[in-house]
Amino acid sequence: MCPLCKKYVAFLADSKKMIRQEIILADAAATEEIGRYLARSLGIGDIITLSGDLGAGKTSLARGLLTEFGFQDEVPSPSFALMIAYEPPEVSVPVAHVDLYRLDNADDIQELGLDEFVFYGALLVEWPERMGTSIDRIWPDRLALHLDILEDNRRRLTWQAPSHWENRWPPLEY
Amino acid sequence: MVAEKPPMALVLGLESSCDETAVALVDNDGNIIAHHLATQEILHRPYGGVVPEIAARAHVERLEPLIRKVLDESGKNLSDVDAIAATAGPGLIGGVMVGLVTGKALSLACNKPLIAINHLEGHALTPRLADQSLSFPYLLLLISGGHCQILLVKNVGEYRRLATTIDDAGGEAFDKTAKILGLGFPGGPAVEQEALKGDPTAVPLPRPLVRSKEPHFSFAGLKTAVLRAHQSGLYKREDIAASFQQAVIDCLVNRSEKALRKIESENTAINAFVIAGGMAANQAIRPALTALAEAHNLPFVTPAPWLCTDNGAMIAWAGIERFRLGMIDTLDSPARARWPLDPHAEKARGAGVKA
Repeated sequence: MCPLCKKYVAFLADSKKMIRQEIILADAAATEEIGRYLARSLGIGDIITLSGDLGAGKTSLARGLLTEFGFQDEVPSPSFALMIAYEPPEVSVPVAHVDLYRLDNADDIQELGLDEFVFYGALLVEWPERMGTSIDRIWPDRLALHLDILEDNRRRLTWQAPSHWENRWPPLEY
Repeated sequence: MVAEKPPMALVLGLESSCDETAVALVDNDGNIIAHHLATQEILHRPYGGVVPEIAARAHVERLEPLIRKVLDESGKNLSDVDAIAATAGPGLIGGVMVGLVTGKALSLACNKPLIAINHLEGHALTPRLADQSLSFPYLLLLISGGHCQILLVKNVGEYRRLATTIDDAGGEAFDKTAKILGLGFPGGPAVEQEALKGDPTAVPLPRPLVRSKEPHFSFAGLKTAVLRAHQSGLYKREDIAASFQQAVIDCLVNRSEKALRKIESENTAINAFVIAGGMAANQAIRPALTALAEAHNLPFVTPAPWLCTDNGAMIAWAGIERFRLGMIDTLDSPARARWPLDPHAEKARGAGVKA
């Protein structure tokens, strides 16, 4: 990330407390766009969880993120497969697109091999709420994004960002 | 000229690529000598979703007893088998590796050839197990919990993908609709049952992509529309189920019709319109697609419901098809999480579709 940008964010955070608390997304295209934005500062070892109701746009956000990494093919929902790994050369950064929807036991996460994947790629995990509070134990340093469905196709994006995301999230401008 | 009958072949098939562990013994006349599945849907029902047995360890524990059971029941032993076929992908890598490594071990220990099977090819060729007169090429609508594709099946190992889903698979839309409506699992049969009581025209729901040029599928928007209809409180549950199912059927018919027209416009003669995959078991879907096949003067072929969902016989049969053509694999064949049947398929996202 640009060192100038970092300074700028710190300045705003210190002096004006202008850190956003939510982003309203007008439609599915806006949800994809925020995924693209996220990709620009995402790196190896990062873990993002995406919660929200069925149809909230989790897979749309994932699609935007993978598109930004250069992926050109369709991005199917990982609900059935549980985990779909995207690796170079199809993408610039390896990403595991994970869906915990069908799991109900935190121990099952280990079976997906994500502990290993995170050493060379990023994790994008849908349905973290299926794991209840165990999720905080499993991935304490994740960027937790949440999507709510509003009227007129709009979505509200809220988050909990750990300290190492401080200069990367939330976006100053979107 | 009467074709010479191929020599007898017997193949053991191992499947462990997702939720199911399954083993079967099949011969080249399409006789399923014995087959066993480890999971039973009834065990999942209380959870309102599929609780997959994703643990590779569980596949390990189940696979060996299943192999023994299949061999015992058929009165055969491994020396009677001509080849070992195992799913090598696509799927959850831990599970895939269990089946493939077991297949390799049996192959090495018994000195029998290994055949590494693409799970999707298992689905694609099973119609030929069910109907021995079905010959290539045919158009296949593959609809299941994880896949939604239209394929031109040209030969063993030769596929052209005409369409795929750009988001959710059809079976997944059924499972999620069942979840939204508070119906049980599996979602397909639960929604189908509920739909019997409802009015398929009661709830206005979208038909995603029906006007798009390429025959791709999209079901994410339909799922969201079902959620909204449910939350509005305006509609009865059975009417939402019936209207949802009708929307899916309309999409399947419209997309398949588009694919058939495309094939016809290229003057490619096909021998049948075939459906396979778990959703092919839906009794409301079958008549609509049968009518479509008739309109195009094509026989409609679909395997029995149990052969449409994941099983060992489909892997053994794909093994038979490959073995007959001398297509055997080496012991260093990799397990693959992603493995498209048509690696040269046009990108679905570049086809003017917007998710």
